[in-house]
Amino acid sequence: MKTPTMTSDAIAALAREGVSRRAFLKGSGALIVGFSVAGAAGRLGLTPEEAFAQAAADPNIQLDSWIAIQADGTVTAYSGKCELGQGQFMVQSQLVAEELCVPLDRVRLTQCVTGVTPNQGTTSGAGSHFANFNRAGLALAAATARQTLVGLASTSLGVPAADLTARDGAVFVTSDTSRSVSYAELIGGRTFQVPLDKAAVRRHPREWAVLGKPIGRVDLPDMVTARLQYVHNLRVPGMLHGRPVRPPSVGATLVSVDESSIKDLPGIVKVVTRKNYVGVVAQKPWQAIQAAEKLRVNWSAGSPLPSQAAYYDHMRTQPSRDTIVVDSGDVPEKLAAAATTMRATYRYPFQMHGSIGSSCAVADVQNGKATIWAASQNVYGLRGASATLLGVPPETIQVIFTRGSGCYGINGADAVAFDAALLSQEVGQPVRVQLSRKDEMAWENYGLAFVIDQQIGLDAQGNIVAWDYEGWSASRGGRPGNRPGNVASGFHMGFEPAPFQPRTPSPAPTEFLTDNNAAPAYMVGRVGSHEPGGAGLVASERVLSHRIESPFFNGPLRAPEQLQNTFAHESFMDEVAARVKADPVAYRLRHLRDPRLMGVVSAAAKGFGWDARPSPRPGNRQRGVVNGRGFACVARDEGNGWVAMAADVDVNQDNGQVVVKRLVIACDAGPVSNPDGIRNQLEGAALHGISRTLTEEVTWDSNKVTAFDWRTYRTLSLGTTMPKVETILMDKPDEQATGAGEMSITIVAAALGNAIFDATGVRLRQVPFTPERVRAELLASSD
Amino acid sequence: MIPLKVNGTAHTLDVEPQTPLLYVLSDDLGLNGPKFGCGLAQCGSCTVIVNGRAIRSCSVPVGSVANAEITTLDGLGTPENPHPIQKAFIDEQAAQCGFCLSGVVLTAKAFLDQNPRANEEQIRQAMSGVLCRCFTHTRMLRAIGRYAAERRNA
Repeated sequence: MKTPTMTSDAIAALAREGVSRRAFLKGSGALIVGFSVAGAAGRLGLTPEEAFAQAAADPNIQLDSWIAIQADGTVTAYSGKCELGQGQFMVQSQLVAEELCVPLDRVRLTQCVTGVTPNQGTTSGAGSHFANFNRAGLALAAATARQTLVGLASTSLGVPAADLTARDGAVFVTSDTSRSVSYAELIGGRTFQVPLDKAAVRRHPREWAVLGKPIGRVDLPDMVTARLQYVHNLRVPGMLHGRPVRPPSVGATLVSVDESSIKDLPGIVKVVTRKNYVGVVAQKPWQAIQAAEKLRVNWSAGSPLPSQAAYYDHMRTQPSRDTIVVDSGDVPEKLAAAATTMRATYRYPFQMHGSIGSSCAVADVQNGKATIWAASQNVYGLRGASATLLGVPPETIQVIFTRGSGCYGINGADAVAFDAALLSQEVGQPVRVQLSRKDEMAWENYGLAFVIDQQIGLDAQGNIVAWDYEGWSASRGGRPGNRPGNVASGFHMGFEPAPFQPRTPSPAPTEFLTDNNAAPAYMVGRVGSHEPGGAGLVASERVLSHRIESPFFNGPLRAPEQLQNTFAHESFMDEVAARVKADPVAYRLRHLRDPRLMGVVSAAAKGFGWDARPSPRPGNRQRGVVNGRGFACVARDEGNGWVAMAADVDVNQDNGQVVVKRLVIACDAGPVSNPDGIRNQLEGAALHGISRTLTEEVTWDSNKVTAFDWRTYRTLSLGTTMPKVETILMDKPDEQATGAGEMSITIVAAALGNAIFDATGVRLRQVPFTPERVRAELLASSD
Repeated sequence: MIPLKVNGTAHTLDVEPQTPLLYVLSDDLGLNGPKFGCGLAQCGSCTVIVNGRAIRSCSVPVGSVANAEITTLDGLGTPENPHPIQKAFIDEQAAQCGFCLSGVVLTAKAFLDQNPRANEEQIRQAMSGVLCRCFTHTRMLRAIGRYAAERRNA
């Protein structure tokens, strides 16, 4: 990892955070744990004056520290992972308090400021690992600091380190707790710079005193009383307000702008154009909004979009980038020899992140420097992309993460930061931009559309002997990284998205990776001579994915691809179980070998009170409201959480309305860092999943997206009858923590589809399950 | 000049009467509570209470609420001394990103102020125009229910 140097901007940012690094060095002493190894030993125990002189003289001192304990015992922790609404701020604070053995209220967390916090990439990268993200960073830094303090205490107290215990910001003699020395006393007026010790011993979850407890979020009182400042609330001196004018259709290019059309409006500062980008800057937000609406802009017609009605078929015909995830080579012959074969096709639409607040950023680009306040999940990535956009060196830019509306992946947070940066550069003053609802929704990076063909072969006993998956998905752009063109604003400004590179045929895999659960859990997952990596028993296996170029920008919407693939797997598994008249839970267990997945399956079934029988439910009438139950499970990706769900659902066969009455979720995410936090995520993601399953779909016409507000893109309001949600946490203290924020959403669509089948005998293979679609399928089946 | 009374404080502001109230509250008065979510009165994030009724400040001209009593989420309580409905949200841990809280808390408060005996179903109906995209629905309704019960028993 390349670490940033300490710039004047960084010092300024530290000062804003109230934790000046130089104050550590000049002031009353501190213990700082970072990556700087060179010379660190020599710095151990320097006087503040010596340390400051050394820091001032050494331009190579890296600002890469994870943690600093000040002489008053206050702990400042620096994290490259940010709070998105998932409770990260809380659980990271708990993590520091736990590993360092200090009370929670001594911990001050600074999240995601370039040049100040370590570069940890994208917060929800690597499958949205929830608390484990920092097992190699923040947690080890805190453990290193504790270890160092215990070492200092050993010298100070004249007692071997093995006989000492750290607790509440002090080190005690284990056998005589009347003898102790506080961290503050140990640090005194001196400054210690300690390199992060990768071998530092972390506290075992069984010893946890702060982690593992359902402690309420420290930030919630400020949120609910409106004291917490979101990026939307940020106001800086001299700030102007910008508003982009996005093209009226996909692919439209700029022909001309008639500035005279807004010459009579008040407060206009500048009309900015670049390539196909148009924006206005005004003194006040309402002035900017009106100017953007009234500005006459001529655009070219744009490019026609493929028909939405025929889109899933269209996907199969496009040039593709192919990936073979696994191929045992014997699938065709096993299918040919099978007693029975079954096939089915599943379809999943483009969906939106659809943040409740349209995205907002503030940028101040002037005098050779830039500061960008944004709710981006990746401040270093945004810095790199902004440098490309503005044509300036990255080190002249500082990106400061400031909280935004929940993003669930990539909303417009990065796109709007480019709007603000460009407009600020053009006017030489700070500019705030908040997108219109339409610009947020019509141009965001949608979750991927999928069409998936499944085929299995059964032996005479009804066991699955071969499984074939072939899927097509559409994508374009994504997280900006260093490419502004991966999102709409940067693209309109003249930058290209990451190039699409078709590849047929796919190279053979060299290891088993599920490719975002393209491989179903029921496969063995054998690649070459490696140990099988799958969670299941089906040895004759083939998974082939085709990625095509999307007409829209796309990105990793919550449980990216995993949700779409799992909908197809878990629906299909249910179809097969019904065909062989097996209980769907027992049938799953019959094809699994992963004890953690089997554990959550059994726990969810037990918690639900699952009665073993095949679907559909016998005796349900063909009219009126009928009830059913459905089951689904997943081992997320490679070892990133295990989850199962049972759903109790009512279907009104007269109007197609689906009402979810109860969900029981069993989740294995390793040791549980904050039980209430994880439950909050499991509950919210489950209901988010219901909304995505029942109502959400991006729609378009011949040249533009037609879903651009909450009437044209439906979400379930607080007035919706929502199910009772019960969560079962499988606490696994001896395992590694995994992601939890995307866990339950991955399996909702399949659980609901399976419950609808149980209730009605009718199978839904296309999301969303709108009343119209449910009704149409019911009618089709009764013909 | 438009006279406004916000969270108990009187202001006189030189703003265009047609400007939506939201922009005056957030930009001229610097309040954090009401937030732009959609600008279309579809989501609730900009909700404030005007003369006891929850309204969508993104779609109400500031000129139409001159002299009215306006309460925003900022004015309800403080972190140290939260209003009972705010305390109920803290007790139930009923938030994730928190962006929608003005709509959720103030819509519920205004409704319960006028309908103190409302049952669970009526409360849910009253919340049918309010959106939360983190889907913290269950906890939020539990918090509102807790506040309603405390209010009745007070």
